Amino acid sequence: MHTPSDSIACLAAVHHSYGKVRALAGVDFELRRGEVLALLGPNGAGKTTMVSLLLGLLRPDTGQVTVFGRDPRELAVRRRIGAMLQISGIAPNLTVAEQIDLFRSYYPNPATVGQLVAAADLADLMHRRAKALSGGQLQRLHFALSLAGNPELLFLDEPTAGLDVESRRRLWARVRELSESGRTVLLTTHHLEEADALADRIVVIDRGRVIAEGTPAELEAEVSGRRIRCVTRLQPDAIRALDSVRLVERRGASTEIFAIEVENVLRHLLTQDPELHGLEVGGVGLEQAFLTLTGRDDNTATPN
Amino acid sequence: MITATLSELADSDRPNRKIDAFKTEVAYELVASWRQLDFALPTVLFPAVFYLFFGVFFGKGSGLATYLVATYGAFGVIGTGLLGFGIGIAVARESGELRLKRVTPAPPSALIGARLVTALWFSAVVLLELFVIAAALGDVRFERGQWLGLAGVLLAGTLPFGALGLAIGTHVSGKGAPAIVNLVYLPSAFLSGLWIPITMLPDFLQNLALFMPPFHLAQLALGVIGMDAGYPWQLHVGVLAGITVIASLIAMRGIRR
Repeated sequence: MHTPSDSIACLAAVHHSYGKVRALAGVDFELRRGEVLALLGPNGAGKTTMVSLLLGLLRPDTGQVTVFGRDPRELAVRRRIGAMLQISGIAPNLTVAEQIDLFRSYYPNPATVGQLVAAADLADLMHRRAKALSGGQLQRLHFALSLAGNPELLFLDEPTAGLDVESRRRLWARVRELSESGRTVLLTTHHLEEADALADRIVVIDRGRVIAEGTPAELEAEVSGRRIRCVTRLQPDAIRALDSVRLVERRGASTEIFAIEVENVLRHLLTQDPELHGLEVGGVGLEQAFLTLTGRDDNTATPN
Repeated sequence: MITATLSELADSDRPNRKIDAFKTEVAYELVASWRQLDFALPTVLFPAVFYLFFGVFFGKGSGLATYLVATYGAFGVIGTGLLGFGIGIAVARESGELRLKRVTPAPPSALIGARLVTALWFSAVVLLELFVIAAALGDVRFERGQWLGLAGVLLAGTLPFGALGLAIGTHVSGKGAPAIVNLVYLPSAFLSGLWIPITMLPDFLQNLALFMPPFHLAQLALGVIGMDAGYPWQLHVGVLAGITVIASLIAMRGIRR
């Protein structure tokens, strides 16, 4: 479906540590032209490290990082990208209009002021100094600045952190527009909803490794299975021993079971416990898929 | 051939655009610094106020008013260099401002260059104030060449202290920077004879002054008006050049981190 020439940025066998803390443990990753890709993972999974490597802010301990087939630190690369960083600041004493003017001056073919103002809803804030902006307004300014150079490739590191629901939806709409205009977008998030709403492809990372990747639908299918709920006298351990059962958990009087081949599991359950009742079978949402993949639902379920 | 030349031109980044971008950077650096009142006011007012007090009220018409215009001039330009770079860079690093700029095509040399132009501009304002006060209120009389020489030496003195500030600013936190920079600035200014003439200090302090960077700039400035302590000027220039080189190397290591 895609050829190597589709690749716009990649990490190959990248390891990176901060002192003794290992942030990335052998990551292979590819960003394809024109896609919106979400790097999804819990806090501390290594998302920001990956973005920092792709932006040339960090060098990998081992492995290769390329953007547009080049070293990301090259000027030619920086002219074609834009970034909204999680840890970033701007001159507190310059107004929104001045910041936009300044950042536009860095690029050979900048976006127009009008485009930037419209993209980030900044019309009413142009003469306000950065230090007088609220967190959400500042976030919008950073979004505008990331677009100042009319980038082909846009990095958004936790772009909606700290935004209220409405601003978040509005930013999502802008990202979709950018994608429709042919730009490639890499965004990081720990909100599944965000990845699901925006991304053509999701790469799930956890503890410095890529643990799954695919379209939202594919990811869902990967752990697809289904959920069975019933009241049974069978012990969880006995159920766990069955083929294709992933999770078993007691919820009050009933037992919840996540399994891939539901029909087989049901057949066994019904034979072994004729008194089984209160039976429900349902699908598993992407949320459950994500939790299962990252194994972060230890509080509520017993991993198999 | 023609097409090659044209594409080279396009690739060479249109020199004008580069200059325009640098002008924009300088203009906004200046505007932002002026609006940072807790930087701008002390930098621009303290040397003049101190000079007015010690030079004019206590020394009007005497050698003191003449001597101190050179040393408070040194005090002023050292301040713009040390504070502008030392605190400015540390704060910009800590806030993530520099990180964001590193992702843009703006070359780090342009960012540092813009700060240097800003520091020189503040230095010029400080010197102009001092010179006007000295001539109008302190009855200080120099030849035109001496005024210009004093201004030239002191403006150039912004550079080594800007480099020193940069070396500090690239290694300390934004919160710690003001304290550390002032710990370097104020005691060394006093010990170098910038506030009261070095000859009024005890002998051992006069010898210690040789190890203080501001002493060497002050002596060069005093040399212009014939009031220096008599060391060869090459010594002072050598020390200041050495500081500039070493501090720049330390700063570059800090920037790479």
